[in-house]
Amino acid sequence: MQETDRIRFMLNDEDVVLDDVPATGTLLDWLRLRRRLTGTKEGCAEGDCGACTVLVGRLLGGELVCESVNACIRLLGSMNATHVVTVEHLAGADGALHPVQQALVDHHGSQCGFCTPGFVMSLYGLWLSGDRPGRPAIERALQGNLCRCTGYEPIVAAAEAVAATRPSSVFDPIERTRAAVKEKLAAFSPRQTIRLGGTGNRIVVPASADELAAVLAAEPKATVVAGSTDVGLWVTKQMRELDPVVFINHLQDLQAIERTPAGLSIGAGVTYTQACEALCALVPALRPLIDRIGGAQVRNMGTIGGNIANGSPIGDTPPPLIALGATLTLRSTTGRREMPLEDYFIAYGRQDRRPGEFVESLFVPAPAEADLFAVYKISKRRDEDISALCGALRLRLDAAGAVAEARICFGGMAATPKRATHVEAALAGRPWTEATVQAATAAFDHDYTPLSDWRATAAYRMLAAKNLLLRFFLETTGEAAQLRRFEEVA
Amino acid sequence: MDKSAFEERKTISAPVHAPLRHDSAHKHVAGSADYIDDMPEPEGTLHAALGMSDRAHAEIVSMDLAAVRAAPGVVWVMTGADVPGHNDISPTGRHDEPVLAEGKVEFHGQPVFAVIAETREAARRAARLAKIEYRDLPHFTDVTDTLANGAALVTDPLTLSRGDADAALAASPRRIAGAVRVGGQDHFYLEGHIALAIPGEDDEVTVWSSTQHPSEVQHMVGHALGVPSNAVTVQVRRMGGGFGGKETQSNQFAAIAAIAAKRLKRAVKFRPDRDEDMTATGKRHDFLVSYEAGFDDDGRILAVKANYAARCGFSSDLSGPVTDRALFHADNAYFFPHVRLTSQPLKTHTVSNTAFRGFGGPQGMVGGERIVEEIAYALGKDPLEIRKANFYGEAGSDRVLTPYHQPVEDNIVARIVDELEQSADYQARRKAILAFNATSRVIRKGIALTPVKFGISFTATWYNQAGALVHVYQDGSIHLNHGGTEMGQGLFTKVAQVLADAFQVDIATVKITATTTAKVPNTSATAASSGSDLNGMAAYDAARQIKERLVAFAAEKWGVAPDAVAFVPHHVRIGETLIPFADFIKQAYMARVQLSAAGFYKTPKIHWDRAKGIGSPFYYFAYGAAVSEVSIDTLTGEYQVDRVDILHDVGRSLNPAIDRGQVEGAFVQGMGWLTTEELWWDDKGRLRTHAPSTYKIPLASDRPKIFNVRLAEWSENAEPTIGRSKAVGEPPFMLAISVLEALSMAVASVAGYRHCPRLDAPATPERVLMAVERLKGM
Repeated sequence: MQETDRIRFMLNDEDVVLDDVPATGTLLDWLRLRRRLTGTKEGCAEGDCGACTVLVGRLLGGELVCESVNACIRLLGSMNATHVVTVEHLAGADGALHPVQQALVDHHGSQCGFCTPGFVMSLYGLWLSGDRPGRPAIERALQGNLCRCTGYEPIVAAAEAVAATRPSSVFDPIERTRAAVKEKLAAFSPRQTIRLGGTGNRIVVPASADELAAVLAAEPKATVVAGSTDVGLWVTKQMRELDPVVFINHLQDLQAIERTPAGLSIGAGVTYTQACEALCALVPALRPLIDRIGGAQVRNMGTIGGNIANGSPIGDTPPPLIALGATLTLRSTTGRREMPLEDYFIAYGRQDRRPGEFVESLFVPAPAEADLFAVYKISKRRDEDISALCGALRLRLDAAGAVAEARICFGGMAATPKRATHVEAALAGRPWTEATVQAATAAFDHDYTPLSDWRATAAYRMLAAKNLLLRFFLETTGEAAQLRRFEEVA
Repeated sequence: MDKSAFEERKTISAPVHAPLRHDSAHKHVAGSADYIDDMPEPEGTLHAALGMSDRAHAEIVSMDLAAVRAAPGVVWVMTGADVPGHNDISPTGRHDEPVLAEGKVEFHGQPVFAVIAETREAARRAARLAKIEYRDLPHFTDVTDTLANGAALVTDPLTLSRGDADAALAASPRRIAGAVRVGGQDHFYLEGHIALAIPGEDDEVTVWSSTQHPSEVQHMVGHALGVPSNAVTVQVRRMGGGFGGKETQSNQFAAIAAIAAKRLKRAVKFRPDRDEDMTATGKRHDFLVSYEAGFDDDGRILAVKANYAARCGFSSDLSGPVTDRALFHADNAYFFPHVRLTSQPLKTHTVSNTAFRGFGGPQGMVGGERIVEEIAYALGKDPLEIRKANFYGEAGSDRVLTPYHQPVEDNIVARIVDELEQSADYQARRKAILAFNATSRVIRKGIALTPVKFGISFTATWYNQAGALVHVYQDGSIHLNHGGTEMGQGLFTKVAQVLADAFQVDIATVKITATTTAKVPNTSATAASSGSDLNGMAAYDAARQIKERLVAFAAEKWGVAPDAVAFVPHHVRIGETLIPFADFIKQAYMARVQLSAAGFYKTPKIHWDRAKGIGSPFYYFAYGAAVSEVSIDTLTGEYQVDRVDILHDVGRSLNPAIDRGQVEGAFVQGMGWLTTEELWWDDKGRLRTHAPSTYKIPLASDRPKIFNVRLAEWSENAEPTIGRSKAVGEPPFMLAISVLEALSMAVASVAGYRHCPRLDAPATPERVLMAVERLKGM
């Protein structure tokens, strides 16, 4: 066996070497069916309920980062050079429960118990962050975990108790082996492209972005998988056959985050979690949106590059990125191509990505200090829901208080994330007043013809979009115009 | 026995009324609690998947399953014609629900065939390869469509009537009339349906089934296989949630697995994918409630007429008793002097709706509370005033008769509401909210206090029976089995407490065992909140029998009077002699005392004549009340629940920790039902909200930001139930109506509270915004 025809990772205390991996096999199926680690449950097989939550450790800038992920949509082929930690690994050698487990027992945090291992792992992930989280952070850590029995109160109480009494030394399976695992994962990191499987069932794990470009040049129909938060569902729900699957989640050269005075460059492989701090430093108003993308597990897996590359009309990041004037860099063996992000979305299901190209990075220009900016996501449920509509609005006022420039983009209102050019025109040059706003709302009817579906009717989408412009105005004048569950935006 | 050791152990670890943690809590958090999919599979286990219709209503012209059969790993493809017994799993014997559709399909997603393959993935892949030709028939999926197209019924409707509602309405000084739509709800148990069938010799089969009703699964599997019930054993240790969704809906999966297992002589596991589970299994019924009410200037109700039209789906399932229970709870806690309530269990081309926590009661109550709300807005009063003016009277007064002619004799609603009104500071907060709304442009608040009175007992009177099987082994360890099932509600813990208390031993002495039809026969569904009431009493009865034999033995052997024998912590006291429990049991065994007993219980007093609409179907009532405060955004309809205060009556709690968990969990589940949980069918009759990505149950961040929950500690069941406790599973679900009504008040603020907002449920952000818009125009 060569280093290039197998994947190597760690499962709890063990090294795992696999040379026979189904291209679309999930981590969850492997854990449950092959390894009989049945503590990790399947609740939905689409990354929404969190019953399958495990922690995955990986090297990021030389450090070991352990994050919660959904094993149900995480593909096994993407596990090279990772450390998978399941609920079975938490108890001490003497069988003593980890403090997060014990707190759930003490606070009556389980009823039917089926979601419980997932909650344990999410809370353990929060524990590892080392903070003493308050309610906002606890609720954020639990956005990707559904419980149908308890009403959550005892689970949050358990999390608060753990935070308050965090003991200085406990048996902690990850801390205990941190140094050894780091070393092991470094050794497992591919120096050459890994290829597994035969016709119809091929996995490619390129060793670098250069190699990725070469692979895609040879296999333009390959499915590129970063976080698998979307592709995972093609597999579990649509049972699509994918060949080959090219994993890029590990590619450090797609994970650069670079801040310059001009703005922020983000590699396509950067997860939402990784990108969050840098993006929010650039544009603080993005935080409430990023905090509402999926649950923690999805933010730990999903990438902003993937959110763009898949071309969904209801992706959460394109509207604000377009309003901010972001540009996209596509790459292939023939070179790089740069374009304004909005030009990438051609029509429903069609993007300006040529055969052999992949999204390499995104550049978000720094907004001017005086720019007014907001992004609003409207969904049926506040957290971990897909937008009914998502609107981003950026405004530059001139010295006289008139609108010098407006860039407005909505998702969920058309077949692609789309600029509201008529509304922008209706605002341009006019004084930033409520009368201007009221007059401009009619222009939404020229910009959008939304659909009715299970998330919202067309009428609601249109009305809410118009009202969001008013909300934006009111907020720029200092009026409280939206709900906040917690005073601080933690 | 060392005396000092005894001195230290004067108590047992978990008597009844103690807040013991769930018996499986440690295993839950460790990941070592086994659900059916976690059990080791017998060698050669096969897996099943469903082939489902993609039409809402159609004749099946032809079915070409050749490609399915030829797919890799496929062992057998089963159709309705392959059912050896009856192709029917109607739980009420109406023969209207096939295991697999034959000749026609009546909802989008109806199981038409099943694939049995070497792996689950192979079965699922193969199921997509069928070529089925249909001839479409007209389909009506929702209540309004169905009412406009013949209004066919799936089962007999019910009328509850007292007095002369028409005459009293006509004579009333004031009247309101209107309608409210109340949405359905998916159970979203975290563990989906699953069955594992293991063939035995002759006609025998054992089925592990995630079911709340093992006896019914046993009967249905026997019925479908064409074998007697004694050939079928159904077992379940625990479910990952049930909520009513596993009362009848487990039958299909169990029947298919059992038929395939017998035919192929291999174990067959059937675990549908979440989307298939949500598509092919029934949900809470949605209703259109049309109402008229007459009242006086003080808001006293004089007459009520209401019709409850329900989307029942293509078959009757439990729609009869569900729509009945809706009528039983239309009055909630209020006396209707003249009343006529009618149900309309409509046949629709949708999945057959089924039991769900509250079993129609919540929908009935939303209708009744809407009437109260309408009256309040008509009179410009706080709805709480109208509520208080209409509560049932004290026992013995002339305001105690329900629409089904059962007097309310244990009424504590006024005390509950008064205490909560004080403890939640309702009046001051309402005043502050009115002041806030007067000056806040975008954000508006609402507050509402709503009560609950919920009738306890199965209205199918024969269901109110239970059995338990208790063994005491020679070493003094105790084996507990009963007909109830554990789905997270803590039933097994409570019943074990009953037994530990009866024998005065630690809970660790009692081994809780999986429910099985082979140990306790002819059980009822663990449903209607009845689990502890029925099974706790049955276990108590089994303990009583064993203890009576032990007392007789001790009295004879030690020569004392029977009343000189007592079970004390970890010991039996015989006269002045104290014997450790295990030693005493060993002696009893040596003396050939029978140490095993089958306990039995049936609920006394209840009776119900459905044809006349008269009787006393409920043994007692459980009460509660909640105050909810919400904020809404009048630009988007988004909202949040700021604070909830609950005071709930569980009688004398068997386990306050578990009961509190039931109250909190039920409230949040009820809140989900009335807010973000929306079932949405497209014009093809296809349910498009069939997974958590599209169907939104509450998250931790949706629960009330401040959540004060108290049990009414002073309450005791007036009836001699187990420990004088009360049922807790369903009643607190309806406390969430306070959220709907608080949202309604916030909406009403945009038009000066002059109009009842008539907010339908679920009150999604869209419905809230559209109600705001409607009111702004009034």
